[in-house]
Amino acid sequence: MDLSIDWGWLADHVGAMYERFLQHLQLVVIAVLAGFVIALVLGIWAYRRRRAYAWIILVAGLLYTIPSLAAFALLRPVTGLTLLTALIPLTTYTLLILVRANVAGFDSVPADVLEAAEGMGYTRRQRLLRVELPLALPLIMAGIRLATVTTIGLATVASILGESFGGFGFFITEGLNRFFLTEILAGAVLSIALAFAADFLLVRLERRITPWSRAGAR
Amino acid sequence: MVPGGRALMGDIVGWFLDPAHLNGTGSIQQRLLEHIVLCAAALLTATVIALPIGLYIGHTRRFAGVAINAANIGRALPSYALVVMILPVSLALSPEYGLDPIPTFVAMTALAIPAILIGAYAGLRSIDADLVEAGRGMGFRERQILTGVELPLASPIIVGGFRTATLQVIATATIGAIVSGGGLGRFIVDGIHNQDYTTVIGGVILVSGLAIGADFVLAGVQRWVTPRGVKLAAARRDEPSDVAPPVPSPSTP
Repeated sequence: MDLSIDWGWLADHVGAMYERFLQHLQLVVIAVLAGFVIALVLGIWAYRRRRAYAWIILVAGLLYTIPSLAAFALLRPVTGLTLLTALIPLTTYTLLILVRANVAGFDSVPADVLEAAEGMGYTRRQRLLRVELPLALPLIMAGIRLATVTTIGLATVASILGESFGGFGFFITEGLNRFFLTEILAGAVLSIALAFAADFLLVRLERRITPWSRAGAR
Repeated sequence: MVPGGRALMGDIVGWFLDPAHLNGTGSIQQRLLEHIVLCAAALLTATVIALPIGLYIGHTRRFAGVAINAANIGRALPSYALVVMILPVSLALSPEYGLDPIPTFVAMTALAIPAILIGAYAGLRSIDADLVEAGRGMGFRERQILTGVELPLASPIIVGGFRTATLQVIATATIGAIVSGGGLGRFIVDGIHNQDYTTVIGGVILVSGLAIGADFVLAGVQRWVTPRGVKLAAARRDEPSDVAPPVPSPSTP
């Protein structure tokens, strides 16, 4: 392998990098959002019924245990070369992190606050939306941060499925096949940078939407 | 795209029983052994590095920022990117050995360190400071406090960190097959390359089985090391017996 950096290649591929950036973003945003919606429903259910929590964590934990490369490879003959093949494993991987974070968030709401809400005549639904959810936000956001960063890393592995997948991971896989260091490094550095940037932006977002908590992320 | 379900099942069973997959180079045993040896070596190296550091930080409460930053960096590092980024370095150092499992091994070790370090740190931090003070009051030396009070109480969380690291390492060893070397990922990567889905699924079953099996065994270890008093206290508080570390685990499957 030629160990020097080919700056010309980098300059020629800025457009391709932008396209892969959008693709990476698409995979991560859809997977984390879908995972969050599922985990919110499961989290509320688990918060109210502790026995369900044990089962949800067991199943989510089992799914989380399957190595990413194995999950993508397994789905490829089932869902073919569609976006779903990449999205299904990416979404299921977020569940363990997000359900745990959501339940921990709801658990962190002090009991007297809940009683106060009841005393004010809130219905269960109002209490959930106006009291429990906002107070659970710091821990919920910590879960979203971890899930996002994890998903950004895992999305690169999806590039093994084919050219139309994997965002920045495409450069890593193509670079390996061509034994071309510059392309490998471009893919790796860009995906790591995306992970750090996303984490940074989510910390900012969390501070903005929870102005009452000075502590920030734990 | 899927052949008949039953035919596929037959193919997979046939794949596991095929004598070509049971003996010699590239046999199931050989790949399984390669995978386990590589994971064990990486976990051992990471433990030797991370456990003393984590225990030191947790016990003295010094350099806590280092531990938290290590965890944050560790979880932001995509394992695939890390594996391939180490390849050119090892090629530059030694063109002959560059394609051995060394790049994968280094990446696996680097990815296991944050989970183990944070497990040890969070484990010691989770202990009620009064208990440590009580130990001091009873005339325990610092060393005795660590081995007699802190380690037993922190052991479930320390093992929890090790559990996260183990899953991480097994998954990374699989990804490592994209770059080079052996292990169970070989079946998946070569199968995808040759459009041979029987081999892919065989590899998926083996590696998922290994990961689930290892996690199950470590969950047992985690229960076994939990001191009886802690279990009883948890039962009294009627909390779920889930002894996961309080810090989000820095894992990537």
